[in-house]
Amino acid sequence: MSTISDPPSGSFQLSMLINDTRYRSYTFQFIALILLILAFGYLGSNLLANLKAAGLNISYQFLGEPAGYDINQTLIPYTSQSTHWQASLVGVLNTLLVAFLGCLMATVIGVVVGVLRLSDNWLVRQLMSIYVEIFRNVPVLIWILIIMAVFIAVLPQPRDFRGEDAEASMVLGMFAFTGRGFYTPAPIFGVGSGFVVAVFLASIAGIFAFRNYAKKALYERGRLIPTFWPSVAIFFIPSILAYFILGRPISLEYPELKGFNFQGGIFMRNSLIALWFALSIYTAAFIAENVRAGILAVSKGQTEAAASLGLRPGRIMNLVVLPQALRVIIPPLISQYLNLTKNSSLAIAVGYMDLTGTLGGITLNQTGRAIEAIFLLMLFYLAISLAISAIMNVYNNAVKLKER
Amino acid sequence: MSDTHAQTVAFVRETMLPEQPPPASEAGVIKWMRENLFKGWFNSILTILSLYFIFKIVTGAYPWFANGIWTTSSLAECREILDGATGACFSVLTERWNQLLFGFTYPPEAYWRPTLAFVLLIVAIAPVLYPKAPRQMLFFTGIYPFLAYWLIWGGTLLTPLMVLLGFVAGYFAFKQFERQSFAMGLVAGVIAAIVVIWAGGVVPASMPDVLAIQAIPSRDLGGFMLNMILGTVCVSLSLPLGILLALGRQSSMPIIKWICVIFIEFIRGVPLITLLFVANVVLAYFFPPDANIDLVLRVIIMITMFSAAYIAEVIRGGLAALPRGQYEAADSLGLDYAQSMRLIILPQALKISIPGIVNVAVGLFKDTTLVSVISMFDLVGMIRGPILASTEWNGVYWELWGFAVFVFFIVCFSISKYSQWLERQLATDHR
Repeated sequence: MSTISDPPSGSFQLSMLINDTRYRSYTFQFIALILLILAFGYLGSNLLANLKAAGLNISYQFLGEPAGYDINQTLIPYTSQSTHWQASLVGVLNTLLVAFLGCLMATVIGVVVGVLRLSDNWLVRQLMSIYVEIFRNVPVLIWILIIMAVFIAVLPQPRDFRGEDAEASMVLGMFAFTGRGFYTPAPIFGVGSGFVVAVFLASIAGIFAFRNYAKKALYERGRLIPTFWPSVAIFFIPSILAYFILGRPISLEYPELKGFNFQGGIFMRNSLIALWFALSIYTAAFIAENVRAGILAVSKGQTEAAASLGLRPGRIMNLVVLPQALRVIIPPLISQYLNLTKNSSLAIAVGYMDLTGTLGGITLNQTGRAIEAIFLLMLFYLAISLAISAIMNVYNNAVKLKER
Repeated sequence: MSDTHAQTVAFVRETMLPEQPPPASEAGVIKWMRENLFKGWFNSILTILSLYFIFKIVTGAYPWFANGIWTTSSLAECREILDGATGACFSVLTERWNQLLFGFTYPPEAYWRPTLAFVLLIVAIAPVLYPKAPRQMLFFTGIYPFLAYWLIWGGTLLTPLMVLLGFVAGYFAFKQFERQSFAMGLVAGVIAAIVVIWAGGVVPASMPDVLAIQAIPSRDLGGFMLNMILGTVCVSLSLPLGILLALGRQSSMPIIKWICVIFIEFIRGVPLITLLFVANVVLAYFFPPDANIDLVLRVIIMITMFSAAYIAEVIRGGLAALPRGQYEAADSLGLDYAQSMRLIILPQALKISIPGIVNVAVGLFKDTTLVSVISMFDLVGMIRGPILASTEWNGVYWELWGFAVFVFFIVCFSISKYSQWLERQLATDHR
């Protein structure tokens, strides 16, 4: 009696490459590899032929040549004489700037909306779901363009701030919201300001140390030390003391109307603001859904168990619901950050000079180096998203339920 | 016994009191309002703020809608009629209606063709969307892509007919060889389809006037029609591609697995707009110099790859969520890989992935607006370009963008509502 799994005793036959499961996977992989190589060879030879016909070659020399165009919003010194490489760096920083600001604001709005969607208040609940549905179901590009149009149409121009009875005035005498962009005061760091900053950073470290100490005291000796007001005190008092003792080394430079425009302060161009707001409120709608799902994922029994232990509602939220909800919220939250960063490439629609606008826009058009520019552009976004995925993996491993 | 009370107490009630209505504050509207609107001071403040907000919106928007003007031919004329009053100039929508829908270069005498294609799309998609629709309609769904191509792009009917013939030949070849093995059938089907399509290509070339309607180049497509075309074509193409990629990523063959992983991670790591740049300026370098592949086709290729990668991830989630026992059950029945996937694994995995797939589809449909960045004139491109830049309508923001928001909201919202309905229909587990 023989079982069917007996190895065939005959010699190797060609048909076994297809029919025998031991060899079949090799056949398929071999075919796939051949097809892949053929496809790449075909595309590559076409590329070479086309480049030759057009008299081009692949070269990154253009990065060292002067860019010859101006960028109206830069974080690092840049002139039109700078190289394309520096223009790209300006673009990278602008991308990161709007992505950072956007993530910050989207998180705040998203968490508030997500919590309000679970509120007891029927009216607020309905309003928030209308907000979420409207923003989730309309393309972000349309929101960016709408907000840009609204800024230009609704906000006053700098010239409206002129004169005795001007049509518009600055808010608190510090902020000017114009259709051209927002002007805010800029900090000027004088002598000794480094010390104030150092004190400030040290006090933040101090808060963490104090909280650790309080936790330890609670767990080991059962002493409950209040943390909130001491934390606030540590946060403010040393820095303010240092600030006044050193004779106010940090001052603010206010924007001032000179001629037809504002001078001084920090200027945020309308394209940056429009992109920032649009990305934030669009992504916030998605984040709100994640937050809501995360809170709902914590079963009601947990809340009830905590309540029956006698915890106050605030403590229930902090100690029982949030730690479990965050486990569910954070992975999709991070992928929303990633989406926001990728969507920031739509800056090109409103003329904000992020990397897509500099390297993928003007540099590409001026030098005609399409392949190289787009390759670098993709590489940058790929690097960012791989980095964020890596962070996410580390986090997921850290919060994974420790099961037996 | 019972008399004692009557003798000692002055009055004993012998009937029950009638049931009293609950106090006014604990019943009906007032109770509902107390519980849902004014529970605690914080909620009351929120309610009042919300009411104020709604009041502001309504009082601001109502006169704008009510005084809306629908029949002028330019903004100046519209403002003249309004004479300083608040009011919308909806006439931009009526006057540029055809441009918003079809773009500004599509020949007006052919507007009936995309319209007909759209109506037929509803017929063709019905049996896919509603499991209860008659199954015979699937036959029409199979023909529809070729019909729609002919209606929208024009030319001779023979071109799509020959491609259809190729697919039919491929299907029969597949059926013929499927009995030997699924892989053999697949190879035979693909070869038969390619041979017939390639050989059939000479027919329309030799008879370009048979059953021909006016040919329209794809650069003339525009408006919301372009969004619809890109959306439907790319979603329907990326679904099978996504399934293949997901299966490839799950595969035990390392080479195939790594090809799929690299493809998916690469596509998901870059923004769609860079892929559209590729379609716009780079992709032409990778085709033979004489292969004249137009921009719409290149964009379709890139968007399809983009959404296929996302759909693959969604389906991978569905595959991973299936209990291991399902795979083992399929194996123990003696099914081979293709059979177990087709009969056991995929039907369940796809059902789990429906919400995710619909999310990707909605996202993809929204992303079709990005083609306006590479100077194609879809709905957003039309509004930004030819309409807002025209002398008649320069400055009509709210009406145009409101229209765009409205259109996209209607489509995307109904898709997501549909998916929730379908989920309930397909829920076969016991609750």
